[in-house]
Amino acid sequence: METVRILQIKQSIFANNDAQADKLRSELKEKGIFLLNLMSSPGSGKTTTLTRLIEALKEELKIGVMEADIDSDVDAKTIAAAGVKTIQLHTGGMCHLDAAMTRQGLEGLDAGDADLVVLENVGNLVCPAEFDTGAVKNMAILSVPEGHDKPLKYPLMFQVCDVVLINKIDVAPYFDFDMEKCADYIHMRNPRAKIFPICARTGEGVDAVAGWLKEEVLKWKKGES
Amino acid sequence: MHELGVVFHIMDSLEAVAKENDVTRIQSVTIEVGEVSTVIPHYLTDCWAWAIKKRPLLTDCRMKVEILPAVTYCEGCGTEYGTVAHGRICPNCGSEKTWLLKGNELNIKEIEVI
Repeated sequence: METVRILQIKQSIFANNDAQADKLRSELKEKGIFLLNLMSSPGSGKTTTLTRLIEALKEELKIGVMEADIDSDVDAKTIAAAGVKTIQLHTGGMCHLDAAMTRQGLEGLDAGDADLVVLENVGNLVCPAEFDTGAVKNMAILSVPEGHDKPLKYPLMFQVCDVVLINKIDVAPYFDFDMEKCADYIHMRNPRAKIFPICARTGEGVDAVAGWLKEEVLKWKKGES
Repeated sequence: MHELGVVFHIMDSLEAVAKENDVTRIQSVTIEVGEVSTVIPHYLTDCWAWAIKKRPLLTDCRMKVEILPAVTYCEGCGTEYGTVAHGRICPNCGSEKTWLLKGNELNIKEIEVI
């Protein structure tokens, strides 16, 4: 009779993904490519914000964009119209990207000479936060109509983010959005998170974000981060 | 919410473990799921039952799920309390300055192999 053995594994389910993400990050460092993982709920303005950031930075940095969606290519078309190299990734029903899918995307994008690659993750405040993509920095967008309590409801997203953009500040007079409370809630989960209030539609506040991003890209390329 | 993605990662990890240990069949896998890990145990086992059919090493592998309780710490008064019962506001002093101590886990605990 065959004997049954027990093998103790005691490993986080995300351990493999985390290892792949670390490997990808160190390869990107060698190539001088800065990968930004952009996350938010659907409709918060990821694509509009990204279009603004591209306008602000495309003269100074070589930019590539990976658009991840469950289906469709509407965002990729919008970004391609902004004049940068773009690839549409379909997750095949999955609600997030992981490090292996990100690697495939980078290969498909053929972004060997890019300074900055932005991964526009699937619109979702839950799942993408669990999976390290290999990005150098994580950026989240929270828009005013969503409400200032979102960092409490989706704590992990705000815990893993290095920077949070509060978008659609132009409509703030019509909503009960408390900016101070929102910042408090974000900092409760992540004291180091940088917060930028912006309006992607009008461009308000976008320069400050572009400045931060450019500085981070240059630090990464010089090996200072 | 992302149970299918989690299942794929578990399968990949187990295939790597099997290769290292010369295992040809895995009979069961025990997963530890924190109460507030955002993974719903019966979605996880449903996804598992569907996904393993395509992996020879795992076709008969049963998934057992052990739930780990979630505990929150209150910075205001130092109380530790059950997260699921009381949420983020401390039941003792009403403070909102609270932190999750545990309950976010998602681990592969052990496997039974032949």
